[in-house]
Amino acid sequence: MRYMMLIYSQENEAATAEEMGVVAATHKAVMEEARDHGVFRAADPLEDSSAATTVRIQNGRVLVTDGPFAETKEQLAGYYILDCQDLDEALAWAEKIPTACAGAPGCIEVRPIREFL
Amino acid sequence: MHDHHATVEAVFRAEAGRIIAGLIRVSHSFDLAEEAMQDAFAAAIVSWEAGGVPDNPGAWITAAARRKLIDYARREQTRRHNEDQLLYESLCRSSAIDEEMSRPFPDDRLSLIFTCCHPAINMQAQVALTLRTLGGLTTSEIARAFLLPEPTLAQRLVRAQRKIQQARIPYQVPDAGSLPERLSAVQAVLYLIFNEGYSASSGDSLVRRELCAEAIRLARTLVELMPENPESMALLALMLLHDSRRDARSSEDGQLVALEEQDRSLWHQEQIAEGIHLVERALGRRSVGPYQLQAAIAACHAEARTAGETDWKQIAALYALLNASQPSAIVSLNHAVAVAMSETLERGLALIDELGSSGELDSYHLYHAARADLLRRMGRHREALASYHRGLALTTNAVELRYLRRRMSELDS
Repeated sequence: MRYMMLIYSQENEAATAEEMGVVAATHKAVMEEARDHGVFRAADPLEDSSAATTVRIQNGRVLVTDGPFAETKEQLAGYYILDCQDLDEALAWAEKIPTACAGAPGCIEVRPIREFL
Repeated sequence: MHDHHATVEAVFRAEAGRIIAGLIRVSHSFDLAEEAMQDAFAAAIVSWEAGGVPDNPGAWITAAARRKLIDYARREQTRRHNEDQLLYESLCRSSAIDEEMSRPFPDDRLSLIFTCCHPAINMQAQVALTLRTLGGLTTSEIARAFLLPEPTLAQRLVRAQRKIQQARIPYQVPDAGSLPERLSAVQAVLYLIFNEGYSASSGDSLVRRELCAEAIRLARTLVELMPENPESMALLALMLLHDSRRDARSSEDGQLVALEEQDRSLWHQEQIAEGIHLVERALGRRSVGPYQLQAAIAACHAEARTAGETDWKQIAALYALLNASQPSAIVSLNHAVAVAMSETLERGLALIDELGSSGELDSYHLYHAARADLLRRMGRHREALASYHRGLALTTNAVELRYLRRRMSELDS
């Protein structure tokens, strides 16, 4: 079953290039390991939520607003899609994915992808 | 004829947990498994009446229920085309029923316990699911025990079962890496079930007693299935030792009777003997954990023939160890009381006041009750009364309210 791992982090402009480098290297290592195990399907980082635009249909009209759909402290920062046997395997992979940014903790939301046969 | 009913009922009581666990494993569905098991038991009444009870009734029910599962899958398959094709195929593959019958009857309960107590399910739902699936309590019994409307509880169960299916929470004993953590989650659920039954808060007392009995039965199953784990042994011991006092801890009019004042001849000695034996076995493994320390403390109380004989020195030492491994204000409070009883009241009071200075315990009624208790013993009645007052203001539990009021009226007179 495919699981989507949604990475939520605090957006932190104070992160140094060195810190960003460590995070990027860890992601690279996790992706490589996932590829070796044959579970890797996709993974991408996202630009900051300041680059987000939200589109809603209200009363039949399109409403476009600047910013993410919800202003929360932790924002969606990227995702993985991994094909795992079960939730336990997915959770074990999720543990390896870095979420912290410049010392601020983040988290991973693990969601099964609905499959249509 | 009623003989067969009795046999079927006995098989149900003894084997339902194992049977449902196996059916859930193959069907990946709580609903279908339950429906199949019920149908199989209904079929058993008819069939055993005609052909006699089979040698291995549990295996017979399992095989019959599996056939039902295949029927359901076939029915679903025609209804919804290919959606359940996989379920159907996997069932058919595993349904060499005659072969299944000759194999030893497998025990899938351990895997199911880990599924029901999976941290991805919310804690309240873990409790309900464990009681419903492995404990064999009905939805309405569980709802009554937790003072919840039945539809609320039913909804909770449905959501948890759906999550297990949708997120594919596995039916398996976790691998060695995550086993310790996951096992302690299972232990926590069982202990919570026990405490819900044991706590003095309101509710149907019969149902509450049943919860304690069920928690003990489940803890026993856990020990049976993973006999090497000392914390599981200690959990069972802890439950037995507490439960042994059930007839002594409340008076006929529902008043709480403090440990010190209990009629110890009402304690159930066979439970105490088993509990102490388990604690000793667990401690022999030389891998101490919080349940072992708590069970050892309970054993100290259980071994004292009178309140005066209680080995408070040992209890204080055990609370100190518990506080070192799992520091909490409540453990510190209990430690202070044990010090008061084993050394001097003054020293215990000093520890309690030191604890109180952080303010963390100020809204905790047992903190004030414990403090009041020491002051009462020291003869400082006015201060004791003031502390009882503060405790009283913070309690909502009717039984505890009565206890505190009684203490106060004793001081007044």
